[in-house]
Amino acid sequence: MTIAFAPSRRAFVQASGATALVLGVHIPLGNRGKAVAAEAAFTPNAFVQIGADNTITVVCKHIEFGQGPYTGVATILADELDADWNQIRVVSAPADVEKYANSAFGVQGTGGSTAMANSWDQLRTAGAEARARLIAAAAAAWNVGAGEITIDNGVLKHSDGKSGTFGEFVDGATRVTLTAPATPKTKDAYRYIGKHVPKVDTVSKTNGTAQYTIDVKLPDMLTCVIARPPRFAGKAKSFDASGALTIKGVKEVFTVPQGVAVLATGYWPARKGMEALKVEWDESGTEGRGTEGLMQEFKKLADDKGVVARNDGDIDGALSGAATIIEATYTFPYLAHAPMEPNDCVIRRTADGGVEMLFGSQMPTVDQASAAKVLGLDPKKVSITTLLAGGSFGRRATPSGDMAIEAADVLKAAKHQGPIKVIWTREDDIKGGRYRPVFVHKLKGGVDKDGKIVAWQQVIVGQSFMKGSPFESAMLKDGVDVTMVEGAATLPYQIPNLEVSAHIVEVGVPTLWWRSVGSTHTAYSTETFLDELAALSGTDPLEIRRQLLAKHPRHLGVLNLAAEKAGWGSSLPDGKARGIAVHESFKSFVAQVVEVSLGEDGLPKVERVVCAVDCGIAINPEIIKAQMEGGIGYGLSGSLYGAVDLDNGVVRQSNFHDYRVLRINEMPTVEVYIVPSEEKPTGVGEPGVPPIAPAVANAWAKLTGQRIHDLPFSRFVPNA
Amino acid sequence: MTVKITVNGRAEAVEAELDTPLLWVIRDELGLTGTKFGCGVAQCGACTVFVNGQPRRSCVTPIGTIPDADITTIEGVSDKVAKAVQAAWTEIDVPQCGYCQSGQIMSAIALLSEIDKPSDRDIDLAMNGNVCRCCTYHRIRAAIHDASKRMEG
Ligand code: FES
Ligand code: FES
Repeated sequence: MTIAFAPSRRAFVQASGATALVLGVHIPLGNRGKAVAAEAAFTPNAFVQIGADNTITVVCKHIEFGQGPYTGVATILADELDADWNQIRVVSAPADVEKYANSAFGVQGTGGSTAMANSWDQLRTAGAEARARLIAAAAAAWNVGAGEITIDNGVLKHSDGKSGTFGEFVDGATRVTLTAPATPKTKDAYRYIGKHVPKVDTVSKTNGTAQYTIDVKLPDMLTCVIARPPRFAGKAKSFDASGALTIKGVKEVFTVPQGVAVLATGYWPARKGMEALKVEWDESGTEGRGTEGLMQEFKKLADDKGVVARNDGDIDGALSGAATIIEATYTFPYLAHAPMEPNDCVIRRTADGGVEMLFGSQMPTVDQASAAKVLGLDPKKVSITTLLAGGSFGRRATPSGDMAIEAADVLKAAKHQGPIKVIWTREDDIKGGRYRPVFVHKLKGGVDKDGKIVAWQQVIVGQSFMKGSPFESAMLKDGVDVTMVEGAATLPYQIPNLEVSAHIVEVGVPTLWWRSVGSTHTAYSTETFLDELAALSGTDPLEIRRQLLAKHPRHLGVLNLAAEKAGWGSSLPDGKARGIAVHESFKSFVAQVVEVSLGEDGLPKVERVVCAVDCGIAINPEIIKAQMEGGIGYGLSGSLYGAVDLDNGVVRQSNFHDYRVLRINEMPTVEVYIVPSEEKPTGVGEPGVPPIAPAVANAWAKLTGQRIHDLPFSRFVPNA
Repeated sequence: MTVKITVNGRAEAVEAELDTPLLWVIRDELGLTGTKFGCGVAQCGACTVFVNGQPRRSCVTPIGTIPDADITTIEGVSDKVAKAVQAAWTEIDVPQCGYCQSGQIMSAIALLSEIDKPSDRDIDLAMNGNVCRCCTYHRIRAAIHDASKRMEG
């Protein structure tokens, strides 16, 4: 099976109904020959096309940047069709909100770990329809009843021995009318769902042929690198390009709203040109505070109740009546996503007066509209070809379409009329904002004389990236940004008096969702504070969770499975301790048990992680496991080392040497267990992240007695 | 300036300023895009290629410092070790976003060419210069051990 980035123009147009420009067929492709679909084709709906050459092309409306949706959609459709796995190829959907909206947000986009949840019913129905029509066509051709025909590994068969391929019936299938709606298979008939299938994109990602935005080559294309202001939202007042223009390969230099753009024949001259610029910045109105000051301001706010997001029982009464009260203040830094491929976008003019953008567009509807606005075009004149992206973790889904706007601004201002590839440097990426916001949490908890938890009060302070975004009306409820409090306001523990409130603070630092969003901080504060409260009565961390989750069977399911597989309660060698955490995010449930020792550098060394996940029906168990492994590593990276700090509004870090990320020697062994489930599939891209940091902190507290309230962990080890 | 190098067995005469990193010669001049840019400062390993048989970070290797060098990129690896590594990577489905994987595979080939049965510690030492933000490290380790077994056959 292959991923076809560029099927024949005709095939794609049929499959998508989009304009012919969508196709980026000029991208050099290793497997292009194979990707060309046959002339005749059966296109029952917007998601599947079967060619006379027997290829099945699946149109994926979710971007592939490692979480596996290409393989996921292929699995669902191949299963419904009983296809041969080798018949299937996957193409990315063009920007077309009518056909390819994500039902979770109404726009076309990938996020919130929704890809499989959103495709499950849609693609099973699409596959069932295609299957029924192929069978009806074969039945008509063979003059037999449809009920007598079966499909096995891509071959239609009749009991009297007749057989045929899908390709033979594409014509007939196009013409037949179905008398009844097609119903998807029942699970006893699954062929690929729940089994291990090879990922469709693996081979191209092991031989260097996978094509990312940075790899796009077009005739007459120039590369753009931008000199950016030291403080967010600064503007170039004036610049001196005399040095830059002497560099061989530099073609033009001009201002754009983002800074000063240098166009050159390749990245190296563009970057050198950028470094040779002398720019005077207008910094009026930019953010001048530093992170330390911000934390102090946030902490002061956290002393007072914010806008209430949840209020059960009588928190004030419960706190005043409690036998023991403890308090903790937590701080969480700005975090860069730092995907391996920095932001980039290729843009070019098209023959019809529009533009085409080729890039890892995570929200095509938004990107299309944003670029169209800059260029004064009808959005229909902006086509988007979504390419593989080298990671995102939230970074490529900007509600304001930043990257598309930037590329459009460059195109608009350039004298050069050919294609332009805008590339961010790693320094741009680390310094460029759109961070997980800084948060301060203040928790106060009370237990009665028997040690029972009777009061839980949590105040959360931070920036809202929903405010002012197109998602504001959906995500800001009664003055509370639900993404700031998710995981806290939804605390599942049975505590009679519980209050969660939040303060939204305005800071001139652009922020964004970061893999698992609110749960990046709420899982940490709630799951470690629960351990602190349990410790007051000497209750075992697993036991307290079991007691307080009696009404939450799916939480309990993962908790018990992880505990059992990890051997919770069994003895460990000296110098090692276990910690546990459980958290629901994006409708999936994950529990992790970790084993931690003291590392040579003074930081926790995470040796083993046992992870249990309940994400409904497991479509691709291997991908689920890989996402848990990756989520654990990503969460560990952020909590051990991750921090972007500002001094007077200027970002201190710049690249991987000072924005430290997890490396192979720091990766624990990970065991993943999947809870069998009949529930509809839910996401796995994010839910592996939240439990890891609190589980490590809980183990660390057991090992050393030290409770970590300020992330990252490296803050308390000076030379780590 | 014209610099002569051999890339994947082909003699090339490239027109480039001498300070141009090998990475950008490979990508922008020769059009071989399997080798990736991740940091530009020898911190991530995405740009790893072989220069005269040794793994090098091409982002910090000015072309002027390696005249007449023999270079191998991900597109040019084909020996027994490379085949074992690529087969293991595929079998274990290592890549997620895939962007770091050319560099990972080049480093793994270098390791296994040197030590055919690496320990976990050998793997840590040889591979900790290669960042994977998708954190496929767990599978990279398994795939290196798997490739080592494949090389026996
Ligand atoms: S790009 Fe060369 S080490 Fe990162
Ligand atoms: S697979 Fe994505 S960075 Fe390694």
